[in-house]
Amino acid sequence: MIEVDLVIVGAGPAGISASVTAAEMGLSVLLLDEQPTAGGQIYRNVVKAAGTRGDILGKDYTCGLALVTALQSAAVTHVTDATVWKIGEDGAVAYSVNGKANLAQGRKVIIATGALERPVPIPGWTFPGVMTAGAAQILLKQSGLVAERAVICGSGPLIYLIAQQMIRAGKPPVAIVETQTKSDLLNAMQHLPGALRGWRYLVKGAKLLSEIKRAGVMRVTGAENLAIEGDTEARAIVFTHHGQTTRIQCNLVLLHQGVVPNTQATRSLRLEHVWSSGQRCFHPMTNKWGLSSLETVYVAGDGAGIGGAQAAEQAGAISALHAAFALGLITKADRDKRAAPILRMQSAELAVRPFLDRAYPPSDQVLKPADDTVICRCEEVTAGDIRDYARLGCTGPNQAKAFGRSGMGPCQGRYCGLTVTELLSQATGTTPDAVGSYRIRPPLKPITLGELATLEQTLTDETKGLI
Amino acid sequence: MNNASPFHNISPSDDLVTVTFDGIEYVLPNGANLAASLLEAGLRSFRNTPVSGALRGPFCMMGACYDCLVEIDGETRQACMTAVTSGLKIERAHRDKGLEND
Repeated sequence: MIEVDLVIVGAGPAGISASVTAAEMGLSVLLLDEQPTAGGQIYRNVVKAAGTRGDILGKDYTCGLALVTALQSAAVTHVTDATVWKIGEDGAVAYSVNGKANLAQGRKVIIATGALERPVPIPGWTFPGVMTAGAAQILLKQSGLVAERAVICGSGPLIYLIAQQMIRAGKPPVAIVETQTKSDLLNAMQHLPGALRGWRYLVKGAKLLSEIKRAGVMRVTGAENLAIEGDTEARAIVFTHHGQTTRIQCNLVLLHQGVVPNTQATRSLRLEHVWSSGQRCFHPMTNKWGLSSLETVYVAGDGAGIGGAQAAEQAGAISALHAAFALGLITKADRDKRAAPILRMQSAELAVRPFLDRAYPPSDQVLKPADDTVICRCEEVTAGDIRDYARLGCTGPNQAKAFGRSGMGPCQGRYCGLTVTELLSQATGTTPDAVGSYRIRPPLKPITLGELATLEQTLTDETKGLI
Repeated sequence: MNNASPFHNISPSDDLVTVTFDGIEYVLPNGANLAASLLEAGLRSFRNTPVSGALRGPFCMMGACYDCLVEIDGETRQACMTAVTSGLKIERAHRDKGLEND
């Protein structure tokens, strides 16, 4: 068993920056991440891809190279291909690498497991050939793949970024079908003065839109009633716009309705969570240092609430400074002095968020899916099923599991949890906070019995001094 | 390789190895992401669902959705979390369920 001051879960911007800062402060750090290289999804494969396709992916991607390089020269034990499947309140973290289980003991833990795409339950979203917009970016970053004849659908600035990258890669999308409306933009205007502190993002957005326009990509906003048609795979996207129906044939449909905190690890620890009405999702409650309701556990980055890569990087450093102080390596004065400029930058970084949240809300269609739409991809439970359970007296997501297995497949509720909470909240007329969420238990990811059995062997071998 | 694939590789590798998917040979980039490589090779669906037998393929590409499940050496694995190695024998996950429906 590895014993360290700090176990950090997730090597995205928050986890890397936390690792580097903690190591600088003199803490022993174990960084666990399930990918073969550091960077998280945002800087995925950045060491290799920055050189070969950095011009396509853009500066907001290649800037991650500096972060990953800093990690490589920091005194951090970075375990790659590590799937964390249990985090204990006492800082014990169980993980597997290549089918072999290990246990680490941290005095403090920073959870930096980032975001997931918000579920997009629309008819046909389970067909092969339907992916998240994030998946398209991962394919480009990790594998250099770009799709021909893709349609990007939904709401959120990420749509413009992936469209720009596809244009630069020579495969512009067939169309961009957006669900946000002009009135969403008008509503967002009240947040514009605050957002001007984050003017860099507004300028970037305007540049992206003009590049998309120059490329001649068809773009529709205020689209409704989206549905994907297919047989063995997706063939077309259909939607209505001002009452008219449009059908666009395509090879690939990329869905996006914003991203939400991945709360699997924080839920499994029973940390206190709260519903954000602005971002329509749950996030763990943290203070400005990222400290959760448990004094051993910090949550840094998008997993604590969506703020983007830069804010995540800042959050990681801030949590690491607090951990260094809590473990007696730096004084309170030193902590505060180092944290002050980072906290200021973070506040400027987050200034644009209320504007973006209002301008690009998730569509009504995904928040209130039609009865026959599958909402639990794993167990193929529909929105109508959940509404039926509510009529039969089901009051919460955990009861819904017993009624019809939603959330009990291999994804463990990652892509239906929020939808089930929304549906039950609507059906019972109670708040999402009162409805609550799925209870998440370890293992956080499915593991084999054989894998579990290796844990005892690993620990026995260690006791005997074999490893 | 397969012209039916909508995916185009902008930085192809020339270090290639052979794997099989349901007995059919595919030549894929060594060490590359398995889900991405199979998509590039023209494969669209990787598994059947255990409930209805419906076809599924990669959705999230980040290890969260489990829609890219395949079977390798009798073990169900996420193709998007697996690297391509020479001689991999890959099978559809829950293939029987799919055949049941035919």
